[in-house]
Amino acid sequence: MTLNEVRDVLNAEVLTGEELLDAEVHSACGSDLMSDVLAYVHNQSLLLTGLVSPQVVRTAEMMDMCCVIFVRGKRPDASILQLAQDRGLAVLATDKRMYQACGLLYTAGLNE
Amino acid sequence: MNGDDRIHLSYQVEGGDLTRAGEASSGVKQTLRKLGIDPGTIRRVSVCMYEGEINMVIHANGGLAMVDVGLDDITITLTDYGPGIPDIDKAMQAGWSTAADSVRDLGFGAGMGLPNMKKYSDEMKIKSIVGVGTTVTMVVKIPS
Ligand SMILES: Nc1ncnc2c1ncn2[C@@H]1O[C@H](COP(=O)(O)OP(=O)(O)O)[C@@H](O)[C@H]1O
Ligand SMILES: [Mg+2]
Repeated sequence: MTLNEVRDVLNAEVLTGEELLDAEVHSACGSDLMSDVLAYVHNQSLLLTGLVSPQVVRTAEMMDMCCVIFVRGKRPDASILQLAQDRGLAVLATDKRMYQACGLLYTAGLNE
Repeated sequence: MNGDDRIHLSYQVEGGDLTRAGEASSGVKQTLRKLGIDPGTIRRVSVCMYEGEINMVIHANGGLAMVDVGLDDITITLTDYGPGIPDIDKAMQAGWSTAADSVRDLGFGAGMGLPNMKKYSDEMKIKSIVGVGTTVTMVVKIPS
């Protein structure tokens, strides 16, 4: 599915990277623990997290992911968004909780 | 790159500022891309270097990161003058951590850094003297 579809499924707001939303994504990873994300090198393209920190963007960058999604209404500050923009990452935000957000995406076909 | 030419990169990693941790790793990643290294190798280097850089920032008040790129391998050397690691075997165990809660708020400090570095490098050596500092060397082989 595309990032545009991901946004629709999660009813998410696009905080940066509007121009990147045509990108195709095949798998995702949901975690608040960045070492956990770094432990599994699997070609995931999306990172869902409830942790607000610049290290979330860094971790996504290190793993070649194209999008970070903040769940449960978390909103990153301007410096985090700037970092994402500099590194070419899209950032979305949804009010859905982690479990629900992951379940919705999985059911919608993001299940590799 | 030809023959035995190797490319040397070095970065000063600042301690204290947890929010900036990862800048060196990001710089290395971008340079490796420009050099045309394959994406899988770059990602392994990225994980090794990033976890190591985070450790220098959170446990050792910063240090020096050196990355040496050859045709067959990439060698990462992280040197700090922090407190040292009293028991390296224990530090290598998954889940062992002395990190403060402020570090957990950044998404690290679960005791998985050194195990991740070990997992994604082909060789890893830790030399540490308590009260003097720590040097971690990791070699990531480039598949031919
Ligand atoms: N550069 C370092 N200097 C001093 N101690 C370190 C260093 N790197 C790791 N350690 C010690 O080893 C432990 C385990 O490290 P690691 O596996 O990366 O987990 P974490 O960083 O999450 O605590 C740390 O909690 C710390 O006590
Ligand atoms: Mg660590």
